[in-house]
Parts: sequence; structure tokens; C-alpha cells
Amino acid sequence: MSETIYDWFDAILDFLPRLPVGTWAENFVDWLRNAEGFEFIFEGIRNSVGWTTGVLNSFFGLIPPIVLILILTVIGYMLVRKTGKFGLPILIFFGLLFIESIDYWDDLILTLSLVITATLISVIIGVPAGIWMAKNDVVRNIVTPILDFMQTMPAFVYLIPAVAFFSIGIVPGVIASVIFAMPPTVRLTNLGIRQVPKETIEASDAFGSTSNQKLFKVQLPMAKVTIMAGVNQTIMLALSMVVIAAMIGTDGIGRQVYYAVGRNDMAMGFEAGISLVILAIILDRLTQALNPEKRQA
Amino acid sequence: MAKIEVRNLSKIFGKRTKPALEMLKEKKSKDEILKETGLTVGVNRATFDVNEAEVFVIMGLSGSGKSTLVRLLNRLIDPTEGQIQIDGDDLAKMDDSALREVRRKKMSMVFQKFGLFPFRTIVSNVEYGLEVQGMPKEERRQKALESLKLVGLEGYEDQYPDQLSGGMQQRVGLARALANDPDVLLMDEAFSALDPLIRKDMQDELLDLQASMQKTIIFITHDLDEALRIGDRIMIMKDGAIVQIGTPEDILMHPADDYVARFVEDVDRSKVYTAEHIMTRPETVNAEKDGPRVALQRMRDANISSVYVVNRSRELQGIVHAPDIADAVKREERDITPYLQNEVPTCSLDTPMHDLFEMTSSSTVPIAVTSESGKLEGIVIRSKILSALSGKEVNSVE
Repeated sequence: MSETIYDWFDAILDFLPRLPVGTWAENFVDWLRNAEGFEFIFEGIRNSVGWTTGVLNSFFGLIPPIVLILILTVIGYMLVRKTGKFGLPILIFFGLLFIESIDYWDDLILTLSLVITATLISVIIGVPAGIWMAKNDVVRNIVTPILDFMQTMPAFVYLIPAVAFFSIGIVPGVIASVIFAMPPTVRLTNLGIRQVPKETIEASDAFGSTSNQKLFKVQLPMAKVTIMAGVNQTIMLALSMVVIAAMIGTDGIGRQVYYAVGRNDMAMGFEAGISLVILAIILDRLTQALNPEKRQA
Repeated sequence: MAKIEVRNLSKIFGKRTKPALEMLKEKKSKDEILKETGLTVGVNRATFDVNEAEVFVIMGLSGSGKSTLVRLLNRLIDPTEGQIQIDGDDLAKMDDSALREVRRKKMSMVFQKFGLFPFRTIVSNVEYGLEVQGMPKEERRQKALESLKLVGLEGYEDQYPDQLSGGMQQRVGLARALANDPDVLLMDEAFSALDPLIRKDMQDELLDLQASMQKTIIFITHDLDEALRIGDRIMIMKDGAIVQIGTPEDILMHPADDYVARFVEDVDRSKVYTAEHIMTRPETVNAEKDGPRVALQRMRDANISSVYVVNRSRELQGIVHAPDIADAVKREERDITPYLQNEVPTCSLDTPMHDLFEMTSSSTVPIAVTSESGKLEGIVIRSKILSALSGKEVNSVE
């Protein structure tokens, strides 16, 4: 008796066609790659991203490591001078000195250049997108599922179109990082602006602000703390992409980790891994120290 | 001419408001409209005038539409229908830039929870309205400092709002509103978030400021005592509609309906009524005409032990007591003047009932109420104060 029911179910499922979504995605990417007129867009992105990382990398490369370490330590000290949390400059000084001592300095500045570039792009796109979302419910309803998609799609998958459009190297690594790391900045910009108390917005309106004045004099300053928390998250996510990006030929500490896994080299894996951890903690604490304490209304 | 004229102003929250507007015109109630259309009536065809330089209080319980109404006046909420004329221009029809101009120059607002900008210093909060007008930095700082001085916050300019107490924060809110030198001040429950004592101080200070500034102030409150204290006129709202508009006395003495009557039931009458409301017509004798016999007869008839003495033009001369006059009658004297006592408790027509309390308790004779020229207008007796306090009828005053 029961077997016949299962047979029925199977028979029904046999009728279901297989939706070729994979092929569609492939065709779409192919079309975008070969379409007339899009070439120069990808060319432009490739050049500007490549140029930015290149400039950052050679700039950091020009400065002798010990000088850069001292500069960063002083910056760290200035940031925490008032709060008295002197762990940050100490961490920067000894952490970076350690990375230099195990000969990961060149990889470090390359990884740093990638993370900075990816974060810059994320902020340049993400903050205006977040503002637009906050001002328009329709935009929010459209963008929210896209952000969900961007964050939950396994990061590896982005490598495929990134390579298709930008071949291999640091540029597709940056692009994949941007897609994966941008959502928190967009989300928290939107949230920060929407969280501004209603009376504060009313006060701004009641004194005759234009909508730009309201945005720049009231909403953004009040959302700043939340937006900075989003940028901090973006930096952390970009850092987490550097190992994945190594699979498509992105240089830096990530590549050392990737090699170490390939060669089953415990020592190398640990050294590269701990370098990444140190960089992550420094960047995290630095951006948090940049964020002033929130004032209550 | 009225400073602000509001005509048939309605606000209905929600989409497709046409049918609900029609129902309002048919005088259907807020509840009926909610039931039939699912829309909420914020303000129901409000029509009123606000005069130049008066303190106009809009009062009602929460949900009565008073906060919505005040936001319609500067269009923080757009009206569904109706006119808001300020100096003859209809605010409801203005485009964005004209509206901004009115908000910058003519009207400013003080908020219940202050609505300060937490990341700006006190002085830069106060400057905000001038800053958005594009006023040069020096000039606007100067005006902001003057405005802070006006509310007694000199020396606090570089602090941040979270470093100040609630009362001080609201002073900043007031200074910010005054910095633009607006004609009209909208105050939305401006003192409701403050402690009772601070609230009273702020009310006094507002009245002091108003005495010199002569702004048109529209003040929203749910507190009848506050309304009676500061309002030149009071408008009472219920379910988005206006129930009554009148002076504090009108409201207390002639409540338009049961709703208002219940509202004023618990009010502290001793702060509202004055001697004029509770005085009674006195028995008097005329020193220039009446002798001791007449005086004694009057006291016997009225069953009282003393009587006030006036002259021909009813100016108060003093008081005579029954035992003295009885002696005078025995000695067959013709004049009561030698028995006159000048030490009498007096008050003026507008002495608050509150102050009369103490006077009656320390005096054995009724209190004489005199006009500015010294004319005896009436007397106040203790029992009348008590009956007025318990809500009994009092004299109406023109």
C-alpha cells in the first residue's frame, strides 16, 4: 500500500523540469564579457583598482619597515591618548616588529594594500547606497535581499566571475573582497540614519533645513558611530577574503597560507596565520579607536 | 488682525482619504470613520485664530490630536485639507522653498524631548537655525550667545547637551528657537518632561520673557494647571476636534460640555480665582450721614458684630464694632467717627484666592476688597472661599 504512494510521489517529481539556472548564470556572465561597450568598463575598473593597490603597495614599500612601524605606533598612541588604553600602540609596535622579523613584511604590505583598496571601494559605494536605502523604502526593499545574497553566497563562488572579468592576480581578489565585504557598510549606514530620533529630525526640519543640510549636518553625524561599526566589519570581512583570493593568484600573506595548506607545511601555515591574526587585531582596534564615544541625545 | 488663521484644517492618516473627509463633513465621529474606512483622524476640521502676541494654549489628553495639530501649523505633517494663514499667506499651499523661508524666519519650535543635536556643543545647537540660513559664522555665534544669555545659560556654550540637566537642556531648546527671532513660537509639551518644580520655574521664565518679547506663542500641554497658568486663551481638543476655546476663566466657569467640565473638576481653583470672584456685597454705614443708632440697627439686622464704614463716594474709612457702638448709643452720641478703627485687612480685586486663605485665618473680621481708588467693592468671608474651593458657583467677572 505505502509503496504505491511513494511511487506516486516519484512519478510526480519526474515531471518536474530541471531549471538550468547555472547555465543561465554562465550565459549572462559570457554575454557581459563579450558585449560591445562593456569592455571599457571592465578595463577601467581593472586599471583603476590595479593602480590603487599598486600605488599603496609601492608607497608602503618605499618606507623602511622600522619607520613605518614607528609611524603607525605613534598614530595608535595619538588615538588612545585620551582614553588611556595604551595596549594599542604596544600591540602595533611589537606585532608589526614580529611580522618583519619572520620575513613576512612584503606580504604584509601587499595584503594591507588589498584590504585598504577593497575597504575604500566598499565605503565609496556602500555609504551612498546606505543613504539611498534609508531615504527610500522601495530601494531598501530591493537592496536588502541583494545584500543577503551577497553575504550568504559562499565567497569562493565570486572567484569564478572575478576571474572571467578581470583574469587573475590582485584585481579580481579586490573585486571579490568588495562584493563579499561591502554589505555591512551598506546595512549599517541605512540603520544608522534610520535610528536618528524622530524629534531630532523634526527639529532639523522645523528650522528650515534643506534635505542636504539635514543629511550632512544631522543624519550623517548622528549615524557616524553606527556607520563606522559597519566599516570595521567590512575591513574584517575583506581580511577574511585574502586567503580565498589567493586561489586566483592574489599575492600577500593569504598566498603563504594557501601554499602552506598545499604543501602540508605546519610551520609556514602557523607563521602566515599568526601574521594575519595580528594584522586583523591591529586593524580592528585601530578603527574602533577612531570611533568616538557616542553622545546621548 | 489675527496672526494665524486656521480654517477647516484636517489631517487623516493613511491612503485614499477622500471618503473619510466626506464623512468628517457629515460630522461622523473619529470612531465611526475608523470603523468604516480604517483611517485614523488626527485633526478634525479645526478652525481657530491666534492673535498677535498672545499665549495660545492647546490642551487635550494624549490622542486628542494636539501634537498633530501643532505639526500641521509648520507642516512637519502635511494637512489633508484646510488652510493655515500666517500673516495672510496660506502655508498649506506653499512650495518647499517658501515653506523653508517661513520656518527659518517666522516660526520656530521647541520639542518635548528637546530634540537637541547631541554631537554639537550648546552654542552650535543654538546656532543651527541661523547656520542653515547661511548666516556668517561670527554673526550667528554672536546671536546664539545673546540668545543663551536670555535663557540664563551664559558660560555653558562649549558643553554638550548630555552634560546638562533636563531643565537646562530645554533652555537650550528655547534659546535655539529664539535665536531666529521668530514671530511665532510653537512649543510642543515643552515642559512636560521636566520635574514639577523646574517646570514651574520654566513657566515663570517663559512668562517673564514673553512680557518683553511679545511673541505669538502656541503652547501644547496635557496639564490643565499649566494651561491656566500661562495661557491667555485655551483651546481644548478631544478626538481631533475642538471642544472649546476661551480664556482660562471661561473654561473654568462655563465648560462647554461634560468633557471639559470633568477636565476642570480637579483643577486647583485657588490659583485661578481672585477676590473679585468670591466677594460678597457688604453691609456698610456712611460716616458722613449715619449715626451710631443706624450702625447698630444694621448690625442687628444682618446679624453681624462689626460693619465697614465708608464716605459718600464709598471710599473705605475703617470699621466699627458692635460693643463700641452700643456704648455710643447709650451716651447718645451722634457721630461714629471717634469709634472708627483703621486697622482693617484689605486686598485688591485681583488678589488670588490662594493669598486670601491666610488673611482670613488670621483675621476676625471679613477682608475688605478695595479698588485702586480706595472704593470698597466688596468683602470676602471665609465660608465663601471654602464653597468656591469645593466647586460651587462663583461671581462671573467681565
